[in-house]
Amino acid sequence: MFPEQASNFAGSVDTLFSFILLTTLFFAVLVTMLVIFAAFKYRRKHAGEVGDDVHGNNLLEIGWTVIPLLLAILIFAWGSAVYVNYRIAPKDTLDIFVIGKQWMWKLQQPNGRKEINELHIPLNRNVRLIMGSEDVIHNFYVPAFRVKMDVVPGRYNTMWFRPTKIGKYHFFCSQYCGTNHAVMGGWVTVMDPAEYAAWLSGESGDVNPVSAGERLFSQLACNTCHIANGTGRAPSLNGVYGAKVLLADGTLVTADEAYVRESILQPKAKIVAGYQPVMPTFQGLVTEEQILNLTAYIKSLQSQPVPAKGAGIAPAAAGKK
Amino acid sequence: MPAKHYLNATYGIRSWLLTTDHKRIALLYLASVTFFFFIGGFFAMMIRLHLLTPNGYLLTPDQYNRMFTMHGVAMIFFFLIPSIPAVLGNFFIPLMVGAKDLAFPKINLLSWYIYVVGGLFTMWSMINGGLDTGWTFYTPLSTVYSNSAVAPAVVGVFITGFSSILTGLNFLVTVHTMRAPGMTWFRLPLFVWAHYATSIVMILGTPVIAITLALAGMERLFGLGFFNPAMGGDPILFQHLFWFYSHPAVYIMILPAMGVISELIPTFARKRLFGYTFVAAASLAIAVIGFLVWAHHMFVTGQSTYAAVAFSFLTFLVAVPSAIKTFNWTATLFGGSISFDTPMLYAFGFLGLFLVGGLTGLFLGSLGTDINIHDTYFVVAHFHYIMVGGAVMGYLGGLHFWWPKMTGRMYPEWLARIAAFTLFIGFNFTFFPQFLLGIMGMPRRYHVYPPEFQIYNVMSTAGASILAIGYLLPMIYLTWAAFYGEVAGDNPWPATGLEWKTQSPPLTENFETTPVVTWEAYDFRNRPDLGLEVPGGHGPKIVAPAHGDD
Repeated sequence: MFPEQASNFAGSVDTLFSFILLTTLFFAVLVTMLVIFAAFKYRRKHAGEVGDDVHGNNLLEIGWTVIPLLLAILIFAWGSAVYVNYRIAPKDTLDIFVIGKQWMWKLQQPNGRKEINELHIPLNRNVRLIMGSEDVIHNFYVPAFRVKMDVVPGRYNTMWFRPTKIGKYHFFCSQYCGTNHAVMGGWVTVMDPAEYAAWLSGESGDVNPVSAGERLFSQLACNTCHIANGTGRAPSLNGVYGAKVLLADGTLVTADEAYVRESILQPKAKIVAGYQPVMPTFQGLVTEEQILNLTAYIKSLQSQPVPAKGAGIAPAAAGKK
Repeated sequence: MPAKHYLNATYGIRSWLLTTDHKRIALLYLASVTFFFFIGGFFAMMIRLHLLTPNGYLLTPDQYNRMFTMHGVAMIFFFLIPSIPAVLGNFFIPLMVGAKDLAFPKINLLSWYIYVVGGLFTMWSMINGGLDTGWTFYTPLSTVYSNSAVAPAVVGVFITGFSSILTGLNFLVTVHTMRAPGMTWFRLPLFVWAHYATSIVMILGTPVIAITLALAGMERLFGLGFFNPAMGGDPILFQHLFWFYSHPAVYIMILPAMGVISELIPTFARKRLFGYTFVAAASLAIAVIGFLVWAHHMFVTGQSTYAAVAFSFLTFLVAVPSAIKTFNWTATLFGGSISFDTPMLYAFGFLGLFLVGGLTGLFLGSLGTDINIHDTYFVVAHFHYIMVGGAVMGYLGGLHFWWPKMTGRMYPEWLARIAAFTLFIGFNFTFFPQFLLGIMGMPRRYHVYPPEFQIYNVMSTAGASILAIGYLLPMIYLTWAAFYGEVAGDNPWPATGLEWKTQSPPLTENFETTPVVTWEAYDFRNRPDLGLEVPGGHGPKIVAPAHGDD
């Protein structure tokens, strides 16, 4: 009944599914048998007949309230456990950028290799998809992996999985997105890690996203304010990615993909402590792909030396680094 | 046939279009919702025919997308939501509580005109460009990217909502203020309790969809960025607002059907409904908890994990009252005297299909399985089992049950039984394969699909053809029976409700004298007037209300 199981989630989703199926089948068969039995046994024998005089039974009512309730809570708890695992990605993921647009998927490997409607990934490696949309809401769904996640314009959604079986699997757009929604899909290819490495380094004219991002960083004149040694009008971005940033209102935020994206598109949303809100918005000036390249570049600055003054990151966090 | 009744009290087109008689307004609604049912049904047939082959030669992608969108809009907003409340509720709530009419007869007529105006706007959209956003109108597809006639459709659904609000208001006030002497709250038929709960949802929920569609309409027409992220809006906000109404709307569709079933089972088992107060309370519980589960439509939008867990929990809670009702209906059969007249066949059909529909909801409410089957055909099958298997079976069961009261004439029994069987078989053939498609991973709203899914699509299309016959038959023979059927008499089944204490069809003012209620609901044993054989004679007549709240 189930399609092929090809990810770490497939087994646990199917086991839960089977448990719910058995539980519900039990009740469906029970009630159906009772109804058929009663319909036969208590069929009307002659025209004027009436039924027994029964009002109800409180013990029965309590029974058929409490038992379904307990079963419901069990299924709820089990389902939540599977879900939490699907929402919280492990640390050591292979990050792949995914952009959905009417009606195609653009995917990019960490080294910059781009694919359209195809995704190659190595076996048994935790993979995280960082997904954005250029237009409407899409959804990335791999039935063999038993997971899906909406791809929403204006924000990043992430989804992770670990492919456990070599092969080629359908992926679909499963959020209706207009005319050619039905053909907005492709194939995920799970490869042996050595083959994947060979495939990844194979011929591809694609520019590494870090260098593409670095070029954009100067083209868009980001580097005139975000000076590496901390002397600019804006904080140095060295070491910022993944660290805690202290904001002007005293709160701390983690600088992840979503923070970087927001800071580019809505710079006034979160102001770093000690700086003026002077940065203009880049909404409409950069594409989703360019934002991903800028993010990749900023991510690459993670290991650069953090200046003593003029850094974007919170002092405590900086000290620990 | 009685000499004088509401159908022959006055003649002429004005006497119908300006009527304030709740029974005539119910018939106006009957004609209009039937019209939309067959429009929606036509779109459904086009969808099923197109999906016979994986590459779908019948329609272009844009035409296909319009078909499923307009199928959903016609069926949900213009058939399912008004069907039982505005037709059967409108006709029978005043009769059941022993009143001459609803509390606000003119507002009742107004609500029908509002419905018609909303329907005309939506028809305009369907004819003039069509609608291809899905009935869910998700943004920014609907507000920015769609090339179809979104604005008139949004205006139409917005307008129609007010008819729903007015109907709900009318029912609430009627049940509170117009019950006949002796008709205490706990003597009310459960059909009335179900509509009371439904009315609460209509009044509290519908304004939210109105404001949501107003915002979406303004974004579409004037470019105001409420939901469009390119202008700083939030597309997920739209989904929260949309489902805050549209999930409770599922209960607007199913609660009245449950109310019908709660009438049919005691009548045709000739026995009190088992656990009356629990069934009444379950209706209210569904109405209240039903408002707290909306974000279970959004488990894979990237919403917070905590929110998803909370909404999943509440979703499992709302399943329990439905289970309670099902068990009580089943228990009612034990010790009854069960006949297999057509309305009871629909009640059995409802039990079976609602059972499947309700239980498959657990797979979707559970977070761990929803991440796989969300937005697949599993969802399509699930909600059709609830809305068609549940709501439409209830509606047809109710129509057959009350047809002799509404028209004074019986439908042809054997033809009706054949139609009920045809419907049940055709329905399962159409929708059961879709569960399998969903488990195999076929997403919904696809105009083409991988060839491995074809066999189940062919089964589904074959079933839909049987189903279509099952729907055409009642339309034909019920219409015929209204004019030429056997004269039914006041209480052919017999049933216990007050609506059966007046002539068929009733007088314009329903009752010659205001009835006084001295019995509890579905009490066949203490009703000598029904002419049934009660072993040991009829029990003592109950005079004082059992629950002294009057």
